[in-house]
Amino acid sequence: MPTKITMTVNGQSVTKDVDARTLLVHFLRDNLQLTGTHVGCDTSNCGACTILVDGHAVKSCTMLAVQADGSEVTTIEGLSQNGEMHPLQEGFREEHGLQCGFCTPGMIMAAVDLLDRNPDPSEQEIREGLEGNFCRCTGYHNIVRSIQYAAKKINEPKKAVAS
Amino acid sequence: MVTNKFDYIRAESVDDAITLMVKHGMDAKLLAGGHSLIPAMKLRLNAPGILIDIRKIQELRYIKKDGNKLVIGAGATHHDVATSELAHQTYSMLPEAADLIGDQQVRNMGTIGGSLAHADPAADWPGVMIAAGASVHLKGPDGERSVPAEDFFTGFYMTDLQENELLTAISIPLPPEGTRSSYQKFMQPASRFAIVGAAAAVTVKGGKIERVKVGINGLADAAFAAGNIEKALVGKEPTEANIDAAVESTGADAMVMADHFASEEYRLHLAKVYAKRALMAATQ
Repeated sequence: MPTKITMTVNGQSVTKDVDARTLLVHFLRDNLQLTGTHVGCDTSNCGACTILVDGHAVKSCTMLAVQADGSEVTTIEGLSQNGEMHPLQEGFREEHGLQCGFCTPGMIMAAVDLLDRNPDPSEQEIREGLEGNFCRCTGYHNIVRSIQYAAKKINEPKKAVAS
Repeated sequence: MVTNKFDYIRAESVDDAITLMVKHGMDAKLLAGGHSLIPAMKLRLNAPGILIDIRKIQELRYIKKDGNKLVIGAGATHHDVATSELAHQTYSMLPEAADLIGDQQVRNMGTIGGSLAHADPAADWPGVMIAAGASVHLKGPDGERSVPAEDFFTGFYMTDLQENELLTAISIPLPPEGTRSSYQKFMQPASRFAIVGAAAAVTVKGGKIERVKVGINGLADAAFAAGNIEKALVGKEPTEANIDAAVESTGADAMVMADHFASEEYRLHLAKVYAKRALMAATQ
């Protein structure tokens, strides 16, 4: 029995009929052609499928599309604004935060949640904040630097105003 | 991986969910955060014909003080508990344990009620709830009842939940003054589930242990209250020597599990070590 669902994805409302067992990650990739969200382990370990649902990072391989009915979803495709990269996207480029790139969208979306909870994290807090995301190329060092770059960029204007 | 086919219904309230359970019977299963059920369904370990979604029922998602109790709605996520000042003030082991579950993404979805009802022997909440002296509140077509956490977990993924009952909340009596707590676990490095976890709540008055509750998960097929440790410590000074002597009895009458991560002997050893760590952290 198909179920009709409506959700906001990257600011746009979408309504589709889906099979109830459709995973959210497949809905995004196959129904909406938003292939920036990757399927890695498919067992909620690796974090490659991380997106934001109602502002919180979740693993979209462990969520049904029907569960997101009525929710606001943000994927990597929804991060840039007016053609300008999000500070995290810029950070990953500037600090060489990726090699093969497979884990990158999930890393960035998990980092959005992290900086939202803790805008000025220490290196240790960044490493702990990424406990749900695996990278098999970089050894994490440049990913941590990329997130530090983004935190600095996001905080600088605020600090300038404060002073 | 996709699951078996099923029909999906979203319940609008607790009563609606109970009505739907009664209507659909054994073929239906409740879906909260889904972080135990969906992986099990993907592996075809579970194949319900109908899922009743209770995740968005707002009346289940709260953490509040009610008289001399802390009450946590079943729909509160692990993240909600990890960041709750009220939970921290009641027992520091509550946010401490919440923060050790899975990872941030898992904590954003998984719920405390779902974890308790699922009753994975390696889950963290059962031991913590036992140490906190919590009661589990259940509601079914015939009304409401509550069960002490230490009687709720009856076996491997088994609880006292009856057909068509829904776990609505957990209530925790506010601890007496002088109570401190800790949850310590040895975790499986990939899943972060406890190979062994120990929760301890200790009340010290006039230099002596007046009251102590220890809950152990991961060791046996169900989480249990370590009554032997409690008996050995009440009335004693909270010294390392007394704690060392008390934890020797950890799991003495438990059916200790073994798997490829940890043998029976090693698990039992870990249980003693982690019970000691929890007791030391709660007293020193």
